[in-house]
Amino acid sequence: MKIRVHVSLKNGVLDPQGRAIHHALEGLGFAGVNDVRAGRLIELDVADTVSDESLDEMCRKLLANQVIENFRIEKVA
Amino acid sequence: MAFTAAVITFPGSNCDRDMAVAIEAITGGTVHRVWHGDAELPAGLDFIALPGGFSYGDYLRSGAMAARSPVMQSVVAAANRGVAVLGVCNGFQVLTEAGLLPGALMRNAGIRFVCRDVPLVAENSQSLFTARYSAGQRITIPVAHHDGNYFADAETLDRLEGEGRVAFRYAEPVNGSQRDIAGVLNAAGNVLGMMPHPERMIEAAQGGSDGRALFESVLAGLRLAA
Repeated sequence: MKIRVHVSLKNGVLDPQGRAIHHALEGLGFAGVNDVRAGRLIELDVADTVSDESLDEMCRKLLANQVIENFRIEKVA
Repeated sequence: MAFTAAVITFPGSNCDRDMAVAIEAITGGTVHRVWHGDAELPAGLDFIALPGGFSYGDYLRSGAMAARSPVMQSVVAAANRGVAVLGVCNGFQVLTEAGLLPGALMRNAGIRFVCRDVPLVAENSQSLFTARYSAGQRITIPVAHHDGNYFADAETLDRLEGEGRVAFRYAEPVNGSQRDIAGVLNAAGNVLGMMPHPERMIEAAQGGSDGRALFESVLAGLRLAA
């Protein structure tokens, strides 16, 4: 089973990397970019027997830091 | 009884030796060097230090991997028993990731790695780690970090300030930290995390000795308690 874990910064948490990317896009001449937030995509290949609860726990215990980040689990196939 | 300390080394730690030298020189105690894969700490520890560096190459998040290493289970247990624990720089990141301290350390607001001496204010002169400073004292300690931007929600920040748990504050903007926080204590007061490196400021040859008082505070505090 292929799993994608999308980790993103919570609303209200300043994202210096997103801001730098935003500046760089503007520097390249791209207009109309209102905001940029940088996150992280983690792809897992897990046995079909791995439960949703277990995936959730992986995210809570390691993959995301819930002080600053949200996560979303997507089952690809 | 002699002062007994442990300095934990993770793969990628690079201030572990400096930390061990500082503790040894100032306390005259015994310093055990402990590898991250060790499940057990030496017996009878008074003090545990988590040093600076780039443990596990800062993979995932700074300090995230180290916080889940075998030895950290023992460090968390020791901290909960009341053993004094100091985390400096990467060690501070590890303590927040391990849940021993609130908040998180994010990428510096200016994106750049910051490596320079910074002015700090010792906010609290009552703690185990800061008793040899006077409240409001200005000191100079170097920082060297990329992820030192302290973040916690407003409620947590208010609680930290209200409970006197902000140990050190930057006296000028350094990395975008909320309320210029450079170091925080846990609720029990036996765990301190800070981004600046006191172990790099312990004698004149290093450009100053403002870091000495931190180790002297711990030594004096633990002697009183014993």
